[in-house]
Amino acid sequence: MIETNTHQRDLRSSIDWKLILSFLALVIIGWVNIYASIHSSEPSSIFDWEVRSGKQFIWILTSLALAALILFVLNPGIWERLSVPIYVIVLFLLVAVIFLGVEVKGSKSWFEFGPVRFQPAEVSKISTSLLLAYIMSGTNFKMSKFKDVLKVAVVIGLPMLIILAESETGSALVYAGFLFALYREGFSGWIFVLIGMVVLLFILTLTASMYASVLTLIGVLTLCVALNRGRLLRWILTWVPALVVLAFFPRIWSLVCGLSFNLSDIEAAAAASVGGEGLLPSLPMVFKSVPSDIQILLSKVKPYWILIGAGLLTCPYLLVSSFRRKDNFLGLATLSFIAGVILVFSTDFIFNNVLQEHQRKRIEVLLGMKEDPAGVGYNVNQSMIAIGSGGVFGKGFLHGTQTTYGFVPEQSTDFIFCTVGEEWGFVGCAVVILLYVFMIARILIDAEHARNNFTRIYGYCVASCIFMHLFINIGMTIGLMPVIGIPLPLLSYGGSSLWAFTILIFIFIALDHAENKYF
Amino acid sequence: MESKFDIREKKLLLGLAVVAAVLLGKLFYIQIINDKYKINAANNSMVYDIIYPTRGVIYDRNGKILVGNKVAYDILVTPREVQPFDTLLLADVLGVEPDFIREKMAEYRRNRHKIGYQSMTLLKQLPSETYIRFAEVQYKFKGFRGQVRSIRDYPINAGGNLLGYVSEVDQNYLKKHPDEYKSGDYAGKTGIEAAKEEDLRGEKGYHIYLRNSHNQIETAYKDGEMDKEAVPGHDIVTTIDADLQQYGQELMKSKVGSVIAIEPATGEILAMVSSPGIDVDQLADIGKHYNEIISDPYKPMFNRTVQASYPPGSVFKLVNGLIGLDEGVLKPTDSYPCSHGYHFGNRKLGCHGHRSPLMLEEAIMMSCNGYFCYVLKDVLENKAYGPTIDNAFDKWRDYVLSFGFGRPLGSDFPSELGGNIPTSKYYNRVYGKGGWKFTTVISLSIGQGEIGVTPLQIANLSATVANRGHYIIPHIIKASPGVSIDPKFYEKQYTMVDTLEFYKVINGMWRAVNSGFGSGGTASIAAVPGLDICGKTGTAQNPRGADNSVFICFAPRDNPKIAVAAYVENAGFGATWAAPIASLMVEKYLRREISDNPTRKALEQRVLQGDLMSRVKTD
Repeated sequence: MIETNTHQRDLRSSIDWKLILSFLALVIIGWVNIYASIHSSEPSSIFDWEVRSGKQFIWILTSLALAALILFVLNPGIWERLSVPIYVIVLFLLVAVIFLGVEVKGSKSWFEFGPVRFQPAEVSKISTSLLLAYIMSGTNFKMSKFKDVLKVAVVIGLPMLIILAESETGSALVYAGFLFALYREGFSGWIFVLIGMVVLLFILTLTASMYASVLTLIGVLTLCVALNRGRLLRWILTWVPALVVLAFFPRIWSLVCGLSFNLSDIEAAAAASVGGEGLLPSLPMVFKSVPSDIQILLSKVKPYWILIGAGLLTCPYLLVSSFRRKDNFLGLATLSFIAGVILVFSTDFIFNNVLQEHQRKRIEVLLGMKEDPAGVGYNVNQSMIAIGSGGVFGKGFLHGTQTTYGFVPEQSTDFIFCTVGEEWGFVGCAVVILLYVFMIARILIDAEHARNNFTRIYGYCVASCIFMHLFINIGMTIGLMPVIGIPLPLLSYGGSSLWAFTILIFIFIALDHAENKYF
Repeated sequence: MESKFDIREKKLLLGLAVVAAVLLGKLFYIQIINDKYKINAANNSMVYDIIYPTRGVIYDRNGKILVGNKVAYDILVTPREVQPFDTLLLADVLGVEPDFIREKMAEYRRNRHKIGYQSMTLLKQLPSETYIRFAEVQYKFKGFRGQVRSIRDYPINAGGNLLGYVSEVDQNYLKKHPDEYKSGDYAGKTGIEAAKEEDLRGEKGYHIYLRNSHNQIETAYKDGEMDKEAVPGHDIVTTIDADLQQYGQELMKSKVGSVIAIEPATGEILAMVSSPGIDVDQLADIGKHYNEIISDPYKPMFNRTVQASYPPGSVFKLVNGLIGLDEGVLKPTDSYPCSHGYHFGNRKLGCHGHRSPLMLEEAIMMSCNGYFCYVLKDVLENKAYGPTIDNAFDKWRDYVLSFGFGRPLGSDFPSELGGNIPTSKYYNRVYGKGGWKFTTVISLSIGQGEIGVTPLQIANLSATVANRGHYIIPHIIKASPGVSIDPKFYEKQYTMVDTLEFYKVINGMWRAVNSGFGSGGTASIAAVPGLDICGKTGTAQNPRGADNSVFICFAPRDNPKIAVAAYVENAGFGATWAAPIASLMVEKYLRREISDNPTRKALEQRVLQGDLMSRVKTD
């Protein structure tokens, strides 16, 4: 046995080839489907320069060259060392594009060099991941230090805000994914509960009522406090019945007011009485004897005011008692209640005044508040028809009809998953999703095995980015998420996106390789 | 510490699995469990080839075709199949500018993804001659073809306002009839076409084809099992007499106003002319002429017969006289003096020179203004209705409304308006309660002042008098197999005036026409020997120039067959234009031609050649 180098293992075992294979599989699936999505309207060879499949082929070749460069030529150590300058340069590009870029579909986020277009927001995912890994792998970094958390927040927040300013809401949303990496590094898991609660309250207020929102808020908070104290049974016995009774309170209240069951009727009655036209003629006789002033007063009081009033009255008591007992959890829960109520009250304002018209419509369609099959709902509807019509095994390669008719928008970029769903069916969709899951899981496991903190944290960042893109994009095509225009990693047509994800992933593979080579 | 993060890694992996499961779950639901999307996809791939039904034919009362159908050709183009062609030649055969074709082709090129293999309509409604020229060279233009469609044809010039036009439905129309029409459909917009749209339109049919993934039409869906044949529209028989209508159009040429003829016994409208009107030559392709018609200062789109509101003038004296008789405040033998008018205070309502005093019949015959001032004075100052004028006035108004004035008559002709008869409330508002008396409203005696009536209402008055006290709501559609009409068109509508009173008035109308020149009768010009025409002239003031010429008549006196109203704007005395026009209409209808007598022929020539357009002020 001759061992020339006992420490350096060969390429076969030091590089995560499975990861590379899943990467290649996804890229090729993307290429084939891009060809299928444009084939029917512009039939030509898959290598035809003129059309998107041919162009994508070029992008794939250049991506592979980039991958080889990162893996075999560049010293993996440079990424850690250069993370600060890379971040600064990309940040500069992000700002510059606002002034120098061309406008594509309402957002100014593209540089144009002749036939080539490039979006800095794509690259910014890489630079942010690198800098995050660099900062958080520092020896003195601690998630419990406020200063360190602030640093992290700035690193993530800066590019996110600039991208928001470019009206690329979708790309900005991806940055929320870095929370997963932060969580792995010790950030409190409550952040996810908090985000979940905010989304839940927002949706409930929009689709049901403020009353339902506040009631849910009370339910969740009391449950959390009960769990914290280990009194789940008592919660079930006291709070659950109370909440059920409270759920029917608006109906009882409107009965007391002598008005119909419908809350909006109460408002109408109030408006009518303000207008001096007296009460609605539909009042039951029983209540005719009650002086109308009182009825008017009652009808103006909305049930959720009572609920909130009662809640807010007990808040000072709860705060004082939590302070006395040094029960931080109870104190935090009480403050959360107050914050939640403020959120519920500002929902309408945020929805109508802060969100842009198209965002508002997309959310309305998603939540089923408005049917809009011809307008905003059109894209989602047609996309779901295309995917849904695929059935179990799909209609077969190049035999899809829905994307052909031009009903599905952006069929080779953001909605490429429609072609997969229509031509390859549930089986094809499952293969694609499982490939992504495999890839993400593989990155997480490799990251976890890394001895180097930089490698681990960077790996988590990469996995988070891919995950967010995957969930938002596929969620959008099947009506689980509002329409947010971001590409499906490695599948969607477009050089900018493909290059960015190739670099993002291969830096990790290179870092991982570097570790395995020497240990 | 390490173990805590181990757990976090597991939690994140678990979260990843959950999200993947959610995505796959939803995919499983829409791809495998729910059929809705497959059905929708099938619908997306189905192409409906609409078959348009032929529209019902519109006949006159004698079986002549007023509106028929003829073929025209649309030129369709399938951009995908087009090969380079000679634009100049194509433009030349189709009779369009070369730039039009270039622009269209450029537009198709821009939208080529949307269009795919579909055909687009390049030109609409080309006449056969143009199509034949195109067909000869069609082989040079691959991808172009003609498609037959049926368009309206007008063998008789029966007037565009009466017949109405058919045009492509617009957004407003689609909103009003969301389920019945689709963009690209045609519908009747005015006149008879609109009134009987539901009967005329028929039902669309369709062939269903399937598209393949190349957007090409492949096969008939289910071998045509689900196809539907078009159902042609019902034919419509109108009450119009085509010859009379056409004659009326000719008489009213170069004049502004209306002529309406009604068969009194049935309320059937025999002719209804609004002049100037839309030429039938423009009707078939109204879209092309629409702007031209709309910008015409004489407003040919405005259907004066049912929409104009005029003061009726002296023909309204008949109504006042009948009310006086029925109320018992006027006896036929009552005679009133008239010295060039009715004097009140230091004012007077003037009259022309005639014998004085007169009794009722002669007052009608000579159209004395003074006499009817006394009549209305007695009606309105009838103490039986209390000390103030209010109740008596409202009673008078009830009478007037019972003649069909002051409200739409309820005819089957679309967009009919009701004119205006004032109420006592109106005068109370203007002058204050008790602030007005008979002399305030004295103009109403002679059909002037705050009174507005439509020519159709005036014709209806003529029919009512002819019927001695009742009318049948005027209508233009006759019941025919498959087309029924509203039962109200069979019901007699009685006025509040007793039948017997009408005979007294009719005598006056007969004498107005048949007393011979020099007798003082105002309508001698309208007399036709042997036809026994009864008539009443009117000269209504027009604030925008010369007086309007009005005439109503019916004939024969006993068992009348036709009642006519003519209303000619700015034409002067009723006897000058309206009376000749109406009497010619009567003669044409009853004798089918104008008698070979020099006076009548000369009168006809004068009317046919008369051009009064310059008298009419336009905006």
